[in-house]
Amino acid sequence: MKLEITDLTQRFGSVCVLDRLQLVTGTIGALVLVGPSGGGKSTLLRILAGLDLPVSGRVAFDGRPLPRDEKSLRAYRCTVGTVFQSYNLFPHLSALDNLLLPLVHVHGLSMAEARARVLEPLERFQLLEHAHKRPAQLSGGQKQRIAIVRAMAVMPERLFLDEPTSSLDPEMTAEVLEMIGELKSLGTQFVLVTHEMGFAKRVADEVAFVGNGGVLAHGTADEMLNRCPEARVRDFFARTLV
Amino acid sequence: MSRAVAHAAVVVVFASLIALAFWRLNYTWNWAGIWEYRQKFLQGWFTTVGLSCASLIASSAIGVAAALCLQSRLPIVEAVGRVYVELIRGTPLLVQLLIGFYVIASAIGLENRFVVGVLVLSLFSGAYMAEIFRGGLEAIPQTQRDAAKSIGLTPIQTLRFVIVPQAVRLVLPPVAGQLVSLIKDSSLLSVIAISEFTLNAQEVNSFTYSTLESYLPLAAGYLILTLPLSALSRFLEKRFRYET
Repeated sequence: MKLEITDLTQRFGSVCVLDRLQLVTGTIGALVLVGPSGGGKSTLLRILAGLDLPVSGRVAFDGRPLPRDEKSLRAYRCTVGTVFQSYNLFPHLSALDNLLLPLVHVHGLSMAEARARVLEPLERFQLLEHAHKRPAQLSGGQKQRIAIVRAMAVMPERLFLDEPTSSLDPEMTAEVLEMIGELKSLGTQFVLVTHEMGFAKRVADEVAFVGNGGVLAHGTADEMLNRCPEARVRDFFARTLV
Repeated sequence: MSRAVAHAAVVVVFASLIALAFWRLNYTWNWAGIWEYRQKFLQGWFTTVGLSCASLIASSAIGVAAALCLQSRLPIVEAVGRVYVELIRGTPLLVQLLIGFYVIASAIGLENRFVVGVLVLSLFSGAYMAEIFRGGLEAIPQTQRDAAKSIGLTPIQTLRFVIVPQAVRLVLPPVAGQLVSLIKDSSLLSVIAISEFTLNAQEVNSFTYSTLESYLPLAAGYLILTLPLSALSRFLEKRFRYET
């Protein structure tokens, strides 16, 4: 994917969260957004995922701009997958029914086709034995992996992950990151917001540092972590990469 | 001790206490006089059943519609919902019935007491239902709406597959309580001369001067309606139960 953002501005009331943000990536598989809390990472990701409309500005993936009306935006959301920090799953449905809901009611698959579709990823990620449990009966890591399977089962063009491990303990974080790493090796394109700098370094083709409503610096993981000219970015990594 | 045994024991204790109180009264019962009017009781009870059933359905529908109004982003629609709810909840049902029947219904030429009674009762109960439903809808966290949006559900699908199934579980107990109140509130329809259960009991009392004998069957008759409703609510709560 190649992402081009021009003059992207987002306001909530009088608070300006993104202020004419600019970013042009190369043609890459994985973009990781890092930066301080409240700097605008999640706001940016929500716009990229088609969940929120920006006040102004232009966003294009591979030269195709994101639509600006709700109907086309919904169609766009059907072509991508999104995973949130937590509480992704619907608590009244079993894990399996959570997976089947978008396949059957949004993408028009028959029940049998949908079941066949989710069988392989459930097996691959050792989730088959948990398929009939409700979210409350699953561990945090299992919930998050089911959420990722749900986002992937519709065969999206790309995946958006908003701090998918920040509410998990280290062991569960490892199992979710391992899954994302495996998806990357299978060729899945994604944009990831994370505080796991070690992981960011491993999977990112490019890293963008989002702070103060703009992109302060961006480049390959190596450039960003080892020789970034921007002092604030160097400080941030120095403090977070201990 | 099982739950059923515990319930039975408590019922026996309460019944004994009340029986004791009646016994201390040295009251001379006149059940024979009341028995002659059994048809009247029965006819009134069936009228109350009819009133209640019609009002249960209508007030639920009104409640849902008003709750959606309260949630509306259009100020005028939200205002309609809010004014309706506050006006109805803030005034006595008795006044609403009198104005509804003698002023509004006669102004628009609606003469059927039964229909007017059901309408006023449903509007009254619907205002309470609206707030219960609104609370249920608002209790579903925004993250659920985000998740629904992200998988491409339309707003209607989001309501159907995500919001309503979760909200139903939350609103069942207060809705059951409201419906029980509704059945008992139907007794006020006697003021617009609908021949329902309470009015018939009052009439039997005035014929026989046997107050207790007239009103005790009334209590029993309402319990026959309200107890199954409570049982149904508990059954549904169990069916919809899941951990969160």
